[in-house]
Amino acid sequence: MTLALYVPVASPVHRAPAGVKLLALIAVSVVVFAVPTLPVVGGVLVAVLLTGLGIARLPAALLGRQVRAVVWWLLALAVVTGVVGGVASAALVVLRLLTLVLAAAVVTATTRVTELVAVVEWLCSPLRVVGVRPARIGLLIAMTLRFIPLVAERAERIRDAQAARGGAVRGIRAWTTTAVPLLVQVLQMAHTTAEALDARGADDDAPPARPPGRGRR
Amino acid sequence: MKTRDLAYVALFAAIVAVLGLVPAIQVGPVPITAQTLGVMLAGSVLGARRGFLALLLFLVLVAVGLPLLASGSGGLSVFVGPSAGYLYSWPIGAFVVGLITELTWTRYNLAWALLANVVGGILVVYAIGIPFVAVYADAVTLRQSFTGSFVFLPGDAVKAVIASLVAVQVRRAYPVIERPRRAAAVR
Repeated sequence: MTLALYVPVASPVHRAPAGVKLLALIAVSVVVFAVPTLPVVGGVLVAVLLTGLGIARLPAALLGRQVRAVVWWLLALAVVTGVVGGVASAALVVLRLLTLVLAAAVVTATTRVTELVAVVEWLCSPLRVVGVRPARIGLLIAMTLRFIPLVAERAERIRDAQAARGGAVRGIRAWTTTAVPLLVQVLQMAHTTAEALDARGADDDAPPARPPGRGRR
Repeated sequence: MKTRDLAYVALFAAIVAVLGLVPAIQVGPVPITAQTLGVMLAGSVLGARRGFLALLLFLVLVAVGLPLLASGSGGLSVFVGPSAGYLYSWPIGAFVVGLITELTWTRYNLAWALLANVVGGILVVYAIGIPFVAVYADAVTLRQSFTGSFVFLPGDAVKAVIASLVAVQVRRAYPVIERPRRAAAVR
């Protein structure tokens, strides 16, 4: 369940800072929309493929999976654009989408989740002014990842219990008879988790005072 | 924000992720998923602010590379595709559902719940997702994009009914949104 899309390889692309890779991704998306000509978009696509397959040595199957996820879009866009604007513009639209999806896939596959979380925290740091504490994002993510298997497991258990009592197994009725007890249970669970965290000093109103010289790490 | 609010936000981000495990029906480019049910429930149970944050947190988790979307996809690719507008609409949709829910909280019933979920969970999502497709693909007109989205309407209507039935019962059993007066006193 916590299987990330990161592919560990020792390559310069993997070692590059996450912020740089995200900036490159933004640059790619700006270029393919700002300069919509076949040589430019095609050139960017080749550059993305060289970076992903050549330098970062990602498996071609991985990039293939990302392309398969948008294959319906590619077909639909190619047909509609082709009918309206001819083959050249259809090719442009398809190449543009391919470039964007592959560039994003390369960034995702070469950057650890923790590095991207650090970028998110950094991006949120200006929000300190309005009272947001960026360090909370790490806590939120940790809680969510813990809650996912818990919610799935409880849902399963409630469904089994309803089925054992002859309750509905599918249809709208099955959804509501499962969802209501499930939500009440997990809301209570979240409440308990919050109380436990507060008891350990996570309360927003009382930031834990750290003794001098013993900061975190 | 209290730690309790953070826990609720994390919880609903997790619930949207779990709803992604329900097999999606692939109709053409955009899959019909149970995850928009999570958008409606987050707004209906948590209210505007926390519902918005729950969906935002979910999208952040998808963006940093966790495969939490219904098709098992994730990463930055899904945010640059033509259907990305639907994803961006989720936090806003949850916010609108929550806003209507909060405004009608003291006399909340199935009718108000349906109104909130249809407006926030369907209209807002379509209002952002449909033009996004048209802008993304120059040749696809707004009208085509609009017609194409009709396949989702039956599924979304069912989801709005489920979310409303559930929201009304959860409000009775475990109300999370506070009464307006008490909430004002706390802030």
